[in-house]
Amino acid sequence: MTLQELDAIRNTKKAIIDVRRTVREQGEKLASLTRYRKQVLVCGGTGCTSSHSMKVIEQLERSLHELGITDVLVVKTGCFGLCALGPIMIVYPEGAFYAQMTPEHVETVVRNHLVKGGSIVKELLYSGTVTKDGEIIPFAETPFYKKQLRIALRNCGVIAPEDIEEAIAAGDYAALEKVLTSMTPDDVINEMLASGLRGRGGAGFPTGRKWAFAKASQNDVKYVCCNADEGDPGAFMDRSVLEGDPHCVLEAMAIAGYAIGSHYGFIYVRAEYPVAVKRLQIAIDQAHKYGLLGKDILGTGFDFDVEIRLGAGAFVCGEETALMRSIEGHRGEPRPRPPFPAVKGLFDKPTILNNVETWANVNPIIMNGAAWFSSIGTPTSTGTKVFALGGKITNVGLVEVPMGTTLREIVEEIGGGIPNGKKFKAAQTGGPSGGCIPASHIDTPIDYDSLLAIGSMMGSGGMIILDEDTCMVDIAKFYLEFTADESCGKCTPCRIGTKRLLQLLTKITEGKGEHEDIKKIEELAEHMHQSSLCALGQSAPNPILSTLRYFREEYEEHIDKKLCRAKVCKALLSYSIDPTKCKGCTLCARNCPVKAISGSIKQPHVIDRTKCVKCGLCIENCKFGAIDRK
Amino acid sequence: MAQNTKFCGSAEQMAKLHAIIEEYRSVPGCLMHILQEAQAIFGYLPIEVQTVIADGLGLSLSDVYGVVTFYSQFSLQPKGKNRISVCLGTACYVKGSEKILNEVEKELSIKCGECTEDGLFSIDSCRCVGACGLAPVMMINEDVYGKLTPDMVKGILERYRKEEETKE
Repeated sequence: MTLQELDAIRNTKKAIIDVRRTVREQGEKLASLTRYRKQVLVCGGTGCTSSHSMKVIEQLERSLHELGITDVLVVKTGCFGLCALGPIMIVYPEGAFYAQMTPEHVETVVRNHLVKGGSIVKELLYSGTVTKDGEIIPFAETPFYKKQLRIALRNCGVIAPEDIEEAIAAGDYAALEKVLTSMTPDDVINEMLASGLRGRGGAGFPTGRKWAFAKASQNDVKYVCCNADEGDPGAFMDRSVLEGDPHCVLEAMAIAGYAIGSHYGFIYVRAEYPVAVKRLQIAIDQAHKYGLLGKDILGTGFDFDVEIRLGAGAFVCGEETALMRSIEGHRGEPRPRPPFPAVKGLFDKPTILNNVETWANVNPIIMNGAAWFSSIGTPTSTGTKVFALGGKITNVGLVEVPMGTTLREIVEEIGGGIPNGKKFKAAQTGGPSGGCIPASHIDTPIDYDSLLAIGSMMGSGGMIILDEDTCMVDIAKFYLEFTADESCGKCTPCRIGTKRLLQLLTKITEGKGEHEDIKKIEELAEHMHQSSLCALGQSAPNPILSTLRYFREEYEEHIDKKLCRAKVCKALLSYSIDPTKCKGCTLCARNCPVKAISGSIKQPHVIDRTKCVKCGLCIENCKFGAIDRK
Repeated sequence: MAQNTKFCGSAEQMAKLHAIIEEYRSVPGCLMHILQEAQAIFGYLPIEVQTVIADGLGLSLSDVYGVVTFYSQFSLQPKGKNRISVCLGTACYVKGSEKILNEVEKELSIKCGECTEDGLFSIDSCRCVGACGLAPVMMINEDVYGKLTPDMVKGILERYRKEEETKE
């Protein structure tokens, strides 16, 4: 493809894409310039397809066909972010946000809204887009979206990821064009350095410096790799980018290839992400067909190609040297550094490895300049960060905010607070390598350095909100189970250390803890931190250390008083029946799996604690709230 | 991880495996890909299959076995016809996925990692399928079931049992 042809595609489809970026009057005006009266975007990300968004699309197409409507465009996009409300369907130019759609709802929307002269079906809209007075506001103006700034996710939920022409019209490959036609490799690296972009995978190493090291390494072959082995449980930022805008990653890898002098790239993706893998492969094939990957890209003489490699379920492969071993077809065990991958990496050649979200920031930096990018965020953490917001929070989903946004803004405004009137207890960031931010630090700005200072870390972007029903000892144990399971076993501090930490925590949650256990934990944690081979082992104690720092009294209660205030640790609970509330309905006795409850009809029942296995079935079955759990 | 089931791969499956090895043997780092393909053909990776791959690539069996046992996705045991996978990722865990797993185990009278005697179901736990908005979540084959409560488990499993009966 020539530069002129690329321009032609951009111009033909640009207005259609722009309709989706503007609402209210400007949107109407733009829509009238295209052949589509309305555009309907349905989320085809993993979250919404799991709640059956494909049935929504099928019904939409069927209903439109039945009514002979031909001027409505149906687009299957990536994630809109509000996964809790899936399947989601957005109608432009109004920006009407329909949530939790079923095929029946679709039929109603088509007949009442999408027909000529139709109007929005208010009852089916996401309640957040209807004000108290019944006025409808575009979704972009709701609290969830208003505080966000979408740079990495700029095209997610906007374009059809399986259509390269939509990606081009939305701006993908414009940066590659600019780099190949008007910048030297040094210009590119200087721009990246000046932007202050730091690795979004967790460690936060400056991306420009990584590229500069690899450029300085002399070798005939160099590699560009993408880390899409998103292993943190509860994190799905990278998946959403790959599912929503796979071309932005391919483009950025080609740009890095040009900058460091590499012609080949690998994307290492988790096999647990089938939709992302499929869309990436489609994107690679289309980019080949359009001459945006392969030989002589855009007639500039630059060659670059990309290949997908699938992971097979090993968390440690997120570590750079382990990931490269895995691509080479071996056990994914890390090795000591130096030599760093920029000198000796994949197949012993100089290699750069960046995370998906890092790649997603490259195009905007090249297009808008380093000065623009570094004006966003804080001086040492520039730009934005994507978080996968999960756990006990109303608006579970994907959010992107400028660095420096406070946790309070994320939880209370964007996240919509904690459901069921519960209290915010802590936010867990950084997954199994990270820590907790307690309620007392809720006004901490979220950036690399502030999080480190309070004993957590940015991590890749998983943010799990915990409420008063979460036991902090139990959550630390949960993460240690994970790291003990995922430790590759190569180095002793990690292999044995994680096991021993887990044993100590299990002992505490089972009510057998002794006071010196806390000291033992702290000592062992320090050893692991000092002497483990890779980040997995070095950071494995973090979930314990940070909960000990902020919730030490909970550990002490478990040990000294044999008490779990969140009522999670089974061994520490005891059940009893309040005789004044019990009506003697016998329901609990009939449902007790171990026959620990006795009593006659219409008489208060009692629980035999020697038999009770603390399963909690009696509480679930009691209609009178007569059963106490302490 | 001992193998306790007799391997019975067909000649057709073996031919497919040989074709895959032939196609990819010159690609650097091809072992992982071949193992993934082999598992797709046989459903698991018994020693017999690993031996064929090792011979085909000129590797020792211990190299291949080392890789197979390193990654959690590779299995030395056959899986059930319906593969149940309960998500124990953080978002699901704090929303009670352990109770879901217990209920599935109770309902099928097997433990996580095992396969029912009739070969109809096997249970595994997994770390985050990325559908955190629907937590707690479990997958049966490719289908995702979200916003689960323990009392929903029985009905869901029943559907797969019925499906099997109607097939017979």
